[in-house]
Amino acid sequence: MLTFITRKKILDRFMLAVFFTAGFITIFITVGIVYVLLADSIKFFQEVSIKEFLTEKEWTPVFATKKFGIWPLISGTFLIAAIAMVVSIPLGILIAIYLSEYASVRVKEIAKPIIEFMEAIPTVVYGYFTLLFVTPILQSIVPDLEAFNSLAPGIVLGFMILPYTASMAEDSMKGVPQRIREASYALGATKLRTAVTIVIPAAISGIVAGFILGASRAIGETMVVAIAAGMYPNLTLDPREPIQTMTGYIVQVALGDLPYGSIEYLSIFAVGLALFIIAFIFNSIALWLRSRIREAY
Amino acid sequence: MNKKDKISDSKADIIYPIFGFIGFFLVISFLVTLIIDILIDGYEKLVDPSFYVSYPSRFPDKAGILSGWVGTMLVMAGAIFWSLLIGIPAGIYLEEYATKRGIIGKIEHIIELNINNLAAVPAIIYGLLALGIFVYRFKLGESILTAGLTLAILMLPVIVVNTREAIRRIPRDIREGAYAVGATKWDTVRDHILPYSLGGILTGLIIAASRAIGETAPLVTIGALTFIAFLPPSPFVSEFPFLSPEKAWELFMSPFTVLPIQIFNWVSRPQAAFQINAAAAGFVLLILTVLMNALAYYFRQKVRRKYIW
Repeated sequence: MLTFITRKKILDRFMLAVFFTAGFITIFITVGIVYVLLADSIKFFQEVSIKEFLTEKEWTPVFATKKFGIWPLISGTFLIAAIAMVVSIPLGILIAIYLSEYASVRVKEIAKPIIEFMEAIPTVVYGYFTLLFVTPILQSIVPDLEAFNSLAPGIVLGFMILPYTASMAEDSMKGVPQRIREASYALGATKLRTAVTIVIPAAISGIVAGFILGASRAIGETMVVAIAAGMYPNLTLDPREPIQTMTGYIVQVALGDLPYGSIEYLSIFAVGLALFIIAFIFNSIALWLRSRIREAY
Repeated sequence: MNKKDKISDSKADIIYPIFGFIGFFLVISFLVTLIIDILIDGYEKLVDPSFYVSYPSRFPDKAGILSGWVGTMLVMAGAIFWSLLIGIPAGIYLEEYATKRGIIGKIEHIIELNINNLAAVPAIIYGLLALGIFVYRFKLGESILTAGLTLAILMLPVIVVNTREAIRRIPRDIREGAYAVGATKWDTVRDHILPYSLGGILTGLIIAASRAIGETAPLVTIGALTFIAFLPPSPFVSEFPFLSPEKAWELFMSPFTVLPIQIFNWVSRPQAAFQINAAAAGFVLLILTVLMNALAYYFRQKVRRKYIW
């Protein structure tokens, strides 16, 4: 018969093992992602050369003559992300300076949750709103805007990523020590001058990290573009034309009933791998920038 | 700085807040427009009780969201179960047990980095993971079980981060006090750390669930069906012990649809009548998200007031 103390010690060891295992399991998720993307992409690249994938300018997997050049999908993805950033960065900075330097605590307490909520709205609802509200309105302003285009989803995504471009920028600006501001005020600078010449430069790595995470979010966003940007791989920079993004292509293929192992089925893993690599690069840059914040003061 | 500069500068301090507020007002207008737009578009269906208890249909006026919301509830129940099962212990380990030394310390560092990275992986990639691993390699099919596991992976980073933050707020004295009277680490975690951090963990869970409930892309990727005109079998039976394992397994392996996928399907159809359905279902989903976020906000405030160390 074990003593009370021994039983307690054994239980304690056992629970340590349980907790460690749970932590360790999370590693398998990443291992699983890398494995599945690589394994099926390798099968894909046995049939389509990497050279074709990276140099061909057409993406026609459903045509009789299949061509697998990823550039139309990449250009579509980056076009939408660029439009989103053009909307989101000025608006985000405008709001961030206002909230961090001017707004009262009460305004801030209301504003922050509202901005954070922009990201909580189901993206399929954004998609509906983009296709049936934003696009028709834009069509009355922008001539030759097609029913599916990259302009409307880009603008909506610009609002959706405000939690990164406005809220995170505000967080980093708030992190700048008050004494630096006071020094600037003491020299006669106004709040706006202090914000632009002192606070923003001091908080720049955090602000840019937020922008990059926002861009990464726009690149990986799926439903808004699948609903409102069209399903037409198109190597163009014209925001009025229908396009297709990497995520949009994956959804299009997944909606059909494709046999396991077919070339179309394998192609979504190759596209997924490209998307994963792009997102990983963006996130690594953002993480690196954020780690620099801690070194600053 | 000359005089002219000073004047324009001080004016800037009056003018800027106006522009800043206009910027913020633009965001609010965007939100309000979105909500009002889908409310107006879907109003006709929202006030029709049969919309909530009908299956999808080829005829837009007969179509409803019954299989959609039942599917959402079942999938979310699975997702919450799996994400808590892994997320809370992982969070406790990293915050409470991590030694940060030697080989184990290296593994801990990898776990930590990995969870931070997982939070930033595009949701659709998790769909590909689930399609490649759960659906085809584990042969779990396009089932409620697969969907629950997929969304659980999506929720996991948020749960771990919130668990850690909640635990970190508990002062060191509490632990020292427990150790001083002879409690083991597990005793301390069970009797002190877990109860005190429960509010924070719950907040994280609600936030994670509110994101997962609206996720469409990963579930479309695993091949969730859009037309489901039946409900999964009930695992409950009339004779003792009232729960049949075979029926429960049938439930887990049953095909499903969820609200967001139903909306996606309706919005992609050319007939305008289906778009009324899409708007109505979208409004239901939006209200669910608003309620969950409000609840999380309320919990967070309450927890902050309850434990002031």
